[in-house]
Amino acid sequence: MKYLSAKAAGLVACHVCGRLSREVRTVEKARCPRCGAVLHQRKVDSLTRTWALLIAAAILYIPANVLPMMQTRSLLGNSSDTIMSGVIYFWTSGEYDLAIVVFTASILVPMLKLIALSLLCVTAQRGTRWKPHQRTRLYHMVEFIGRWSMLDVFVVALMVALVNIQSLAVIQAGPGIVAFGSVVVLTMLASMQFDPRLIWDQIRDDDTEQDDHD
Amino acid sequence: MTNLMACPNCDTLHRRTVLPPRETARCVRCHSVLYRSPDLRLSRVLALTLTCLIVFAIANAFPIVEIEVQGIYTETTLVGAAWALYREGMWLVALLVFATTVLFPLSQLLALIHLITPLALGRRPYAVFHVMRAIEFCRPWGMIEVFMLGVLVSLVKLSAMASVLPGIALWAFGALTMLLATVLSYDLRNLWIVIDRTPDPAVQALQAAKRNAAANGLTDEPPAAPPGASTHGPGTASR
Ligand SMILES: [Zn+2]
Ligand SMILES: [Zn+2]
Repeated sequence: MKYLSAKAAGLVACHVCGRLSREVRTVEKARCPRCGAVLHQRKVDSLTRTWALLIAAAILYIPANVLPMMQTRSLLGNSSDTIMSGVIYFWTSGEYDLAIVVFTASILVPMLKLIALSLLCVTAQRGTRWKPHQRTRLYHMVEFIGRWSMLDVFVVALMVALVNIQSLAVIQAGPGIVAFGSVVVLTMLASMQFDPRLIWDQIRDDDTEQDDHD
Repeated sequence: MTNLMACPNCDTLHRRTVLPPRETARCVRCHSVLYRSPDLRLSRVLALTLTCLIVFAIANAFPIVEIEVQGIYTETTLVGAAWALYREGMWLVALLVFATTVLFPLSQLLALIHLITPLALGRRPYAVFHVMRAIEFCRPWGMIEVFMLGVLVSLVKLSAMASVLPGIALWAFGALTMLLATVLSYDLRNLWIVIDRTPDPAVQALQAAKRNAAANGLTDEPPAAPPGASTHGPGTASR
């Protein structure tokens, strides 16, 4: 079976409304006749932008994990919580399911997102023909799970707002939360900048057949 | 060219077909979802969206939880939580919390209402393309369901140091999570079908003028034919 891409047919799909237009090369930017959005064959500088955001996220991932997310001052003394110490707290107090939820959302998901997006970028850059279906599925997964790592930011916001009881306890947000929030936003932006069509641009039709059979 | 579409994930061309209800068209090449059978009962979508807006107002107006430590009560609303971060100088994070839980979900709901109300009445909404673009932009950034999970985690954390009393907004948030999921699962691209067949007054006037010109023998060029490329109908699968 032969697959014909819009690009090969000289067509551009509008990224807003999906309408196909004939590709025209002019000095001015071509616009979608239906909705007026600027037409691009592929997302502009997709890989460069994804890499830039990804590297920024990877750098901030370190303070996000090392700096405290939350600082508690109470009669019993002061303590500061990093993400990991929050997980350990749940685990030792017997809340195993919550420990797993927080660990997954706050540590595993951001890390897997960084690894998965790097893998997608490297393979797209090299024009690899390796397992395009699986890579597409990986991309969808990264897009789907990205938002869930905001969990800890919301938890800290609620704790800070609620526990501010004079003379008993005060909870303050730690600098880690800024780094952590940035990691979530940056990885989400990075996955939006990646163009999944880059995975398929190098795939020949016989490759697709092979992939379908395994 | 209007019944042709390209897969957003692999760029393969497909011919758009009319799907039976509750079916999903998948790309023949990369197997990702292309479109779902359109639910064009717009009044139903509108009713759901309005309900969502009311529940959203309740969820924001009332305290989410109340805690009690040695006779001292404190409570917070969603905006109160963002405000507490702002007061501590964490304005960036405060903005992030406010935007993902209030601003984006609210704009998305209002934008939907702005689009669907006139369409259900057979009129073209004002600034339809800008609003469609705004909804697409808001979609990944609305995080009500993540916030709901965050509330549950905080409740467990707080129960160690205080007695926790659930507020009205907590239940409202629970309902909102499910309602929003239903509303947002609506495939917005289907609205293009409705928009395309809903007359735009300006375009209508132009077409009428063209028809008049043609009737008077001043014929235009025939419209461009679709490319002679062979295309595939999409594979279909039940949801
Ligand atoms: Zn368009
Ligand atoms: Zn595809």
